[in-house]
Amino acid sequence: MSAVTLAGLRLELDPSGAVFAPEAGVLVVADLHFEKGSSFAARGVLLPPYDSLVTLDGLEGAIGRHGPRRVVALGDSFHDAGGPARLDPLVRQRLGRLAATADLVWVAGNHDPALPASLPGRVAECLELGPVALIHDPSACRGPWIAGHFHPKARVTVRGRAITARCFVADGERLLLPAFGAYAGGLEVRDPAIRRLFPGAFDTHVIGPGAIHRLAGRPRRAALPAE
Amino acid sequence: MPHSRPMSARSRPEPPADLLPARFAAWFAGRGWQIRSHQLAMLEAARAGRSALLVAPTGGGKTLAGFLPSLVELAEQGGGRGLHTLYVSPLKALAVDVARNLTQPVAEMGLAVSIETRSGDTPPGKRQRQRLRPPDILLTTPEQIALLLSFDEAAAMFGGLRHVVIDEAHALWAGKRGDLLALGLERIASLAPGLRRVGLSATVADRGRLLRWVVGPAVDQAVLVEGAPGAPPEARILTPDGEIPWSGHSARYALRAILQAVAGAGTSLIFVNTRSQAEFLFQSLWALNDDALAIALHHGSLAPEQRRKVEAAMAAGRLKAVVCTSTLDLGIDWGAVDLVIQVGAPKGAARMIQRIGRANHRLDAPSRALMVPANRFEVLECEAALAAIDEGALDPEAMRSGALDVLAQHVLGCAVGGGFSDAALYDEIVRAAPYAGLDRRTFDRVVDYVATGGYALRRYERFARIRKVGDIWRISHGGIARQYRLNVGTIVEAPMLKVRLGRRMLGEIEEWFIDQLVPGDSFVFAGLVLEFRGLDETTAMVRKSAAEAPKVPSYEGGKFPLSTFLAAKVRHLLAHPGQWRRLPAPVTEWLALQRRYSVLPGEHQLLVETFPRADKFYLVAYPFEGRLAHQTLGMLLTRRMERAGLGPLGFVASDYALAAWSLKDAGRADLPALFDEDMLGDDLEAWLAESNLMKRTFRTNAVIAGLIERRYPGETKNGRQVTFSSDLIYDVLRRHEPDHILLQATYADAAAGLLDIRRLGDMLRRVKGAICHRPLARVSPLAVPVLLDIGRESVRGAATDMLLAEAAAALLAEAAR
Repeated sequence: MSAVTLAGLRLELDPSGAVFAPEAGVLVVADLHFEKGSSFAARGVLLPPYDSLVTLDGLEGAIGRHGPRRVVALGDSFHDAGGPARLDPLVRQRLGRLAATADLVWVAGNHDPALPASLPGRVAECLELGPVALIHDPSACRGPWIAGHFHPKARVTVRGRAITARCFVADGERLLLPAFGAYAGGLEVRDPAIRRLFPGAFDTHVIGPGAIHRLAGRPRRAALPAE
Repeated sequence: MPHSRPMSARSRPEPPADLLPARFAAWFAGRGWQIRSHQLAMLEAARAGRSALLVAPTGGGKTLAGFLPSLVELAEQGGGRGLHTLYVSPLKALAVDVARNLTQPVAEMGLAVSIETRSGDTPPGKRQRQRLRPPDILLTTPEQIALLLSFDEAAAMFGGLRHVVIDEAHALWAGKRGDLLALGLERIASLAPGLRRVGLSATVADRGRLLRWVVGPAVDQAVLVEGAPGAPPEARILTPDGEIPWSGHSARYALRAILQAVAGAGTSLIFVNTRSQAEFLFQSLWALNDDALAIALHHGSLAPEQRRKVEAAMAAGRLKAVVCTSTLDLGIDWGAVDLVIQVGAPKGAARMIQRIGRANHRLDAPSRALMVPANRFEVLECEAALAAIDEGALDPEAMRSGALDVLAQHVLGCAVGGGFSDAALYDEIVRAAPYAGLDRRTFDRVVDYVATGGYALRRYERFARIRKVGDIWRISHGGIARQYRLNVGTIVEAPMLKVRLGRRMLGEIEEWFIDQLVPGDSFVFAGLVLEFRGLDETTAMVRKSAAEAPKVPSYEGGKFPLSTFLAAKVRHLLAHPGQWRRLPAPVTEWLALQRRYSVLPGEHQLLVETFPRADKFYLVAYPFEGRLAHQTLGMLLTRRMERAGLGPLGFVASDYALAAWSLKDAGRADLPALFDEDMLGDDLEAWLAESNLMKRTFRTNAVIAGLIERRYPGETKNGRQVTFSSDLIYDVLRRHEPDHILLQATYADAAAGLLDIRRLGDMLRRVKGAICHRPLARVSPLAVPVLLDIGRESVRGAATDMLLAEAAAALLAEAAR
């Protein structure tokens, strides 16, 4: 089990892209992007309509492994504002069962700023886990946080083979979660948008097919010098 | 080889000269030309209202033959009555060049005929005007035809069309662009009742099939016209004295001889098979180029401006030679080229003949060509290609049926262009040769895919792209038409990154290649040794490197596998020592050693050698089926060896052979069972599930079929995003709907393309009961080249050849012990 410590709190990293706080019994996921497929379909791009099912399978798997008392979806849970209405009845039913076994909290994101009350579970602006803020976009946060929004992934070159995979990014005060959704894309962790969230060195925890691999952070290198 | 030759014009008496109006006859006479018999035959076919295919070598006045009937008709009837003749070429540069060449006779004869070209570069205002008031003759590309058909004006525009001329038909018909064009031609034929079709082609093996592809179902009414053959080419193999390398593709041993040949000729085209070879050869030639011969470089990843510059310098006669890839296989006529040098084996006889034809576009003078084999197996292959050229034999095109992703694109196009009814469109589509065998059920599934994505859940019914109103399918909203027009076409480029040196854009390079570099690595690109510094969004930043041993790009693009036809000829040559007289001494000695220490591969057998070496056991098979089929065989064979408890450790595949190594001796296992045809069942399925090749293929299918967009209105979606999302989509679709029609299309493409399953299957069937197993005490002479390929990837740069030579000497000493 991969684990990190955040402001003194021990957190377990799950290969699905979720993070679990065992003492509090809280499972946090970010960027589920439910109904991204149907969002594209509405524009005439008919991606396979199974992404919500795949994402939900993953979420139920993580819940099965940890048995949380509370499940927090850290924003951008739906790809667009019409997403909740387009949910397949079967997916909605399974979310209902999930909300009956744990306190299911939807935190607002930029893709889904206003979630309908009819959704199983409850809606919150932001949340705290001890000293740690749970928030969708951490750009304005000062204290410790767990956040999503940036969909970090890492590109690693090993013996001439390049591997790209989703990853967690952590520095002991901050934890950036990978996107959980089946169709969610990603942003390379060396991108300035991600680097500027971390004042110093950070670790990258790359999600491999069988395990999570920690790549220790190096002091930040300067951006490309001008020619 | 017998060819079907419906109504060949060659054997008939000369057509009467009165087909040619006086004005035209005077023009020919004024230029000091005599009209050729195939040009008259084309006029005669037109007079009889018949479609035609003209097969003639380059330089025979082929293009003029294709246009003469149109010009004669327009001269008689006068122009300005709407689109009269449509010309389609695979290259827009060629369309522009042909337009220029056509303007000359039209002006000189004082004909009132308007001629225009149309491509993606034509200004929007002009394109719109062309739809409303088309010229008499429009020269364009297959993609533009699909686009034109999607506009409301299509029926009016094409209604009076008399002729369509398809140039370089041999280069178009056997691929997805050919599928799209064939569908478009049937659409046009439905709109234009008086249409006749004309194909212009270089020599092909199967004229009957190409004729059918060009003219559609009324093939018995059509005429096949054959131009007089040109002077036979003067091709020979260049093998400098001394050693010929065992392995590798650099042809470094022949560089000075190549420079000498270039110096002794007027202008040369130096063809190689891959872009990395082009980079390497260019670099190495310049390193020895003491006389500073003007040698340039041309390949598909260079920036378009840079390519245009080389082409212009070539046209102006300022260059001695251009090192190039298949980008110059086709294209405008450079009269000055008098020598073609092929470095590395040609992989197919037809490709070699096409390339040789780039020298000397004059019928009466022979084209001169040199082939430079880069290693010993390539000597055999070049010799086989020479034999094929002497016999005038060509590789037949593999039978293929039209791609379903292209069909999906066309179906959407038909809905955009005014709507269609199922039954009528189905009847029209099966008239196109590639889709003649399409069953109605598959067609209906394609229509369903276009409408709702074709998903079993049918969750997208409300988002349907096309809807049926009464009997007619139409698009559900105008945005669909815009999307269709932005995504039209079948050419899907691999995701590319720009390469920037300071402020200069050098060109584009495959993303997967850059992904493998770490900052500080050096590589050769655009003729420069560059150091990779980092990525800036979609641009790879580089600087000039001081390194002497660059990490040469090993692009996969443009690597053709050895053709089945040429492979059979190589097998034949090996099995008949009487024909080795022409081979250079080192090669005959090598083959003689093989005969002494092992056995030569029989023509109809599969030779499998097994031997121990160091602490491992090797199995080397010689199927001669090309690199792609061998790679697939290697993947499947090692899976089987795993199951048989042999502990396979790895394999390496070349165009000729496959070597696998293991902890235990495969020679003691049941070899016929290891090579059984049933490996194409479950083993293949299991491997495909994890194969990246399938994902890469799927991405192309998904773009062509409109599942993912090439670009959005107003912005170009870059390849990185498309790649990323298409991989996810592939995984989701495979898991939830393995029977989806796009996965079916992907499998069909992979089987015929990157995995070459069809060829592998044919081979496994052929060798059933004909495996010739030689257990040996040590490596055989024939196995030396493929063993040298092991680990070649990790041995790079200037030291490579030295190391290889050393390794070869050691292996040969071992073989001859």
